[in-house]
Amino acid sequence: MEMMKTAFLGKNKNRSICVGVVILAYIIIELLMFTGSLKSLFINLLVPVTSYIIVALALNLVVGVSGELSLGHAGFMSIGAFTGVIVSSVTSTMITNDILRLFVAIIAGAIVAAVFGFLISIPVLKLQGDYLAIVTLAFGQIIKSLINNTFLGYDASGFHFSFITNNVKLSTGGKMLINGPIGATATDRISTFTVSVIVLIIVLFIIFNFINSKYGRGVMATRDDRIAAQSVGIDVVKTKTIAFVLSAGIAGAAGVLYGLNFSTLVPAKFDFNQSILILVYVVLGGLGNMLGTIISTSLLVLLPELLRFLADYRMLIYSVVLISIMIITNNPTINKTIKKIFKKNKAEGDLNNG
Amino acid sequence: MANDTYVLKTENLGIDFGGLTAVNNFEIEMKTHDIYGLIGPNGAGKTTIFNLLTKVYQPTRGKIYLGGQEITNESIVSVNKLGIARTFQNIRLFKDLTVLDNVKVALHHSIHYNLIESVLKLPRYRKEEKEVEEKAMNLLKVLDLDEFTNSKAKNLPYGKQRKLEIARALATSPKLLLLDEPAAGMNPTETAELMDTIKLIREKFDISVLLIEHDMKFVMGICEKITVLNFGQVLATGTPDEIKNNPEVIAAYLGSDEE
Repeated sequence: MEMMKTAFLGKNKNRSICVGVVILAYIIIELLMFTGSLKSLFINLLVPVTSYIIVALALNLVVGVSGELSLGHAGFMSIGAFTGVIVSSVTSTMITNDILRLFVAIIAGAIVAAVFGFLISIPVLKLQGDYLAIVTLAFGQIIKSLINNTFLGYDASGFHFSFITNNVKLSTGGKMLINGPIGATATDRISTFTVSVIVLIIVLFIIFNFINSKYGRGVMATRDDRIAAQSVGIDVVKTKTIAFVLSAGIAGAAGVLYGLNFSTLVPAKFDFNQSILILVYVVLGGLGNMLGTIISTSLLVLLPELLRFLADYRMLIYSVVLISIMIITNNPTINKTIKKIFKKNKAEGDLNNG
Repeated sequence: MANDTYVLKTENLGIDFGGLTAVNNFEIEMKTHDIYGLIGPNGAGKTTIFNLLTKVYQPTRGKIYLGGQEITNESIVSVNKLGIARTFQNIRLFKDLTVLDNVKVALHHSIHYNLIESVLKLPRYRKEEKEVEEKAMNLLKVLDLDEFTNSKAKNLPYGKQRKLEIARALATSPKLLLLDEPAAGMNPTETAELMDTIKLIREKFDISVLLIEHDMKFVMGICEKITVLNFGQVLATGTPDEIKNNPEVIAAYLGSDEE
């Protein structure tokens, strides 16, 4: 029984630490904002950073936990963002409460992105190896091109849609929702930092509960050894699909938060580079390591802004810093020293408790 | 219906890899509750037969029956659901999962909660997770692995990893357990313990065991019946005493005492 107890605590420990870190960061940031010591540049970055953390966590579920490579998570974010913009615009007269409307948009964005995730997983997850990477890469590009060529408007008589050329004629009072390459303009800016943090915490609970369920175990078992997983009766395609669809849905929710934070939203924002950046956050934070993902995403989204004073050398220094971090965190000597320090602290903590 | 007394029966089972016939005309009749040995020199096709029985490979010809039901065209997953579980010669654990989780993975068939229930930790999730945890702990106790519950599988000593594979296989509640060289890499004490363990789990879980092993003391000491394989074909089938004294088997595999 003793052992079962520690196993139980051990599993919830990671989740508690992640949620704790997020809440702590939230309190500190709110305090800084309250005292006015936070630059407006950073205040504007709060929602985007949280959205990127959420999408990176979603990608870590695929890359770290499920062991498949996805290069199209910006595509799911894009689907979520534009769905969110549309839902929020259309329901703006029905749901006047901004926060309620934001939650409705988030749920809609997550569902639509999850449906797309399911559709592309049908042909792909049956295959093994790099196929998912290739197909998701193409998927991201296709979504970008599709939205780039979509003209969607809404007026009293309903939706008006045209493709490639803008033939949408709206009656007075109508509104263009997606205007081709220009994207969505004059969007409701209803995302708030508080709501994004709440969504982040919910996502953390969902991901950790998923990992500690039969689905999570099945996915991780498949990752470690496909044949052995099948030999104990696990339907590997089904379990991988569930993880992928869940991940796509979460990425969609992140997209909604992101999209409703700006007054304009361009489809080109969610391109291949964006997908790769999200993957970099995950790899830097450590595969399967959710706390690592939270920290690395925050750092890497803020870093280019912190380096803005370097002007033209900004991206050069950014890459140097990124490579240095990767080398340092993989250096065994440094890792050992860090572990030693933590162990010492732990031992002292135990003594204090005793 | 005549097949019912046999937990496992094959007819003319064989597989070709390109032009190479790896297994040919393999026939076995394994009675329920037997501990049955499959022996033979390296490359005789023993593991290939395990892979055929568990449908990792699709047979080129022949039929496989499990408890009278034909399973020749089932998938790996459904063969397990129908009642065959196995271990692997080159240990295939879920190396980054804990010992407990390795067993829990295999217990998934006894879990009925859905995705929503697990993500929201609803009562059925809590109840079933608790039951699974208890079942897994019981299995680990039977195989004497309970002190390693929270270690990662890859950090276990070799002999314990083999035992964990057995625990994981048992978790799927099989009728027939296939053990691929369970005593490999074990010292004589561990091997003796393993013999007791295998006999114990046969009684406790009411299963039949088919095993591949090179340790003759082990095979002769535990098996009720043995099939000897050579170059993908059955060389002889019989009780341990019959096999020990079969001149063909001595020539091909066992060797004589005079040499």
